Amino acid sequence: MTAEEIKNILSGRLGEEAVLELLESDEEGMTVYDPPQIVVRADLIAEAALVCRDEESLRFDSLMSLGAVDNGERLTALYHLHSMTHRHQIALRADVPRAEPSIPTVENVWKTANWHEREAGELMGIAFEGHSDPRPLLLPEDWEGHPLRKDYVVQEYYKGMKVPY
Amino acid sequence: MAAPTKALRTDEMVLSMGPQHPSTHGVLRLELKTDGEVVEEAIPHIGYLHRNFEKHAESLPYFQIIPYTDRMDYIAAMNNELGFVLAVEKLMELGGKPISIPEKAQYIRVVVCEMNRIASHLLAFGTYGMDIGALTPFLYAFRDRETILGLFEDICGARLLYNYIRFGGVSRDLTPDFHHKLRRFLSKFEKNIDSYNTLLTNNKIFLERTKGVAVMSIDKAIQYGWTGPNLRGSGMKWDLRKDEPYSIYDRFDFEVPVGEIGDCWDRYKVRMDEMRESVRIVRQALDQMEEKGLLDDPNYAAKVSAKLRPPVGEVYFRTETPRGDLGYYIQSDGTNVPSRVKVRSPCFTALSAMRELSRGLLVADIIAIIGSIDIVMGEIDR
Repeated sequence: MTAEEIKNILSGRLGEEAVLELLESDEEGMTVYDPPQIVVRADLIAEAALVCRDEESLRFDSLMSLGAVDNGERLTALYHLHSMTHRHQIALRADVPRAEPSIPTVENVWKTANWHEREAGELMGIAFEGHSDPRPLLLPEDWEGHPLRKDYVVQEYYKGMKVPY
Repeated sequence: MAAPTKALRTDEMVLSMGPQHPSTHGVLRLELKTDGEVVEEAIPHIGYLHRNFEKHAESLPYFQIIPYTDRMDYIAAMNNELGFVLAVEKLMELGGKPISIPEKAQYIRVVVCEMNRIASHLLAFGTYGMDIGALTPFLYAFRDRETILGLFEDICGARLLYNYIRFGGVSRDLTPDFHHKLRRFLSKFEKNIDSYNTLLTNNKIFLERTKGVAVMSIDKAIQYGWTGPNLRGSGMKWDLRKDEPYSIYDRFDFEVPVGEIGDCWDRYKVRMDEMRESVRIVRQALDQMEEKGLLDDPNYAAKVSAKLRPPVGEVYFRTETPRGDLGYYIQSDGTNVPSRVKVRSPCFTALSAMRELSRGLLVADIIAIIGSIDIVMGEIDR
C-alpha cells in the first residue's frame, strides 16, 4: 500500500482538515523522507493512531519508535509505525507550537508508547495529555530544563553540586 | 514457582531491588511492592546510566558518532555500529549519493555481527544460569566468548568497543589467519552448544524456575513493542534479517527459531537456537568469501570523505541486533553534523513490560524474568 493511499484512508475517516500533508522523498533526492510522513493535526493524533491500528487495510499494530524533534518554532512528535500483518511502514507527524507544546497521548493505542512518551516528555518538554504516569523516566525528578531542546542550557548547580559541563 | 496460598494476612512491603544488585544486569532499580513473597507490582526505575547519546550526536560529525553507538549496547557493539552506519548509508543512497561498499566489506560486516551475536547470547546464557543459581555454565560461556573477543582484538585492537564498522566498509582488513582461527572456533563451539544444553537448558532445576513463568502472548508482546528473541519466544516468526533483509543477509540460508508459549524458558531457548543459526551464517559467509576469492582482496573499504554530508532529509532504519530491532532515526540538515538522532532501543521496550509481566509472581521469579528478557542498561538509558 502506498503512502498516498494510507493518507486517503486517514483523511476519509477523520475528515479532510485532519490530515495536513504528505511528506515523501522527491525524485531528485534533494529531500529524503523514509518512511514517508503523514502530517496530522496534533489534537487529532490519538484518533489518527486508532484508525491506523484498527483499520483492516492498515493494521499498524506496532509502534516502532516515538520521537520528538526540535524544529525551532515548532516541536514535532514522530510516530514510526509498522504493520506485522501487512508488513508496511509509515510515519505520523504532528507539530505543536513551542509556546504551548501539548499533544494527546497514544498510550491507549500502543502500550509501548507509555515509556516512549515519558522519555520524549522530559527530554523535549512536550506534555502528553492524559498520560497515566507522566513522571520523568531517565532524568532525576527535579532536573531543570529539557536537554534535547536546541536552546537548552545546563543548570549550574544540582542539589548544591556543580554540574561539570 | 507456585504462589503460596493466602492463608496468612500480611502487610504490603516495599522492597528496593537494585540499583546495585548482581542480578539486575547493570544499574537498574526495581521498586517491588510485595505481600510476603508475592510481588504485587514491580516498578522499574531507570536512568542511572543516562548520558544522552542523542544530544552528543547533535554536536558531532557523523564519523565521530560511531564510537558512541558502541557505548550503548556494549555487549553487542558491532551490531549497534552496523545499524547506525547502514542508516546513514541509506540516507546517502536515497539522496542520490550512494556509497559503493566493497564486496569484502559486506561479508566482513556480516561475519563480525554474527560473531558478536554469539558472544552476546553466550553472555545472556551464562549470566542467566548464574542468576538462577548455576555458576558453571557462566564459566563455560565466558571461555567461548573469550575466543570471539580475542578474534575481535586481532582485527581491530579492541575487545568490547570496536569502532570497526565505518561508512563505506570497515576500519581494518582481516588478519591473514582470521578465517582459520574462526573456522576452528566454530567447529569446537558447535559441539559446545550441545553440552550447554545438557548443563542448563534441560536441567530439572532450571526448568522448574523458568517453565511457565511470566508468559507473554504475541499480541501483548507486539503492543509493548517487543522484538528480537523476546518476541520470537512468544512464537512470532519475525526477524529483520529474514523479513526486511538488510546488508547481504538475503544471501544466506538460516532458520528463525521461535518459542511456543512465551515463557522465560522459551525466550532463553530461542537464544540458544539462534547461536547455531549464527554459526551457519558465519560458515556460509566464509565459504562465499573463499569462492569469490575475497580473502586476499585488499579492498575492504570505500573511500569516504571525513566530511560526510548526507542530503537533507529524515530516515528511520532498523536492524536486528541480538536484543531485537534497533532503530535509528536521523534528521539531516545537509551539514556534516546531524540535527537529530533518535535511537529506538529494543531493551527499553522490553523492560517497559516489566510491570505487567511480574504481577503476582514471586520475588525469585523477578530475577528469572530480568535474565530472560536479556537487557543491557547502557542501551536502555543511552
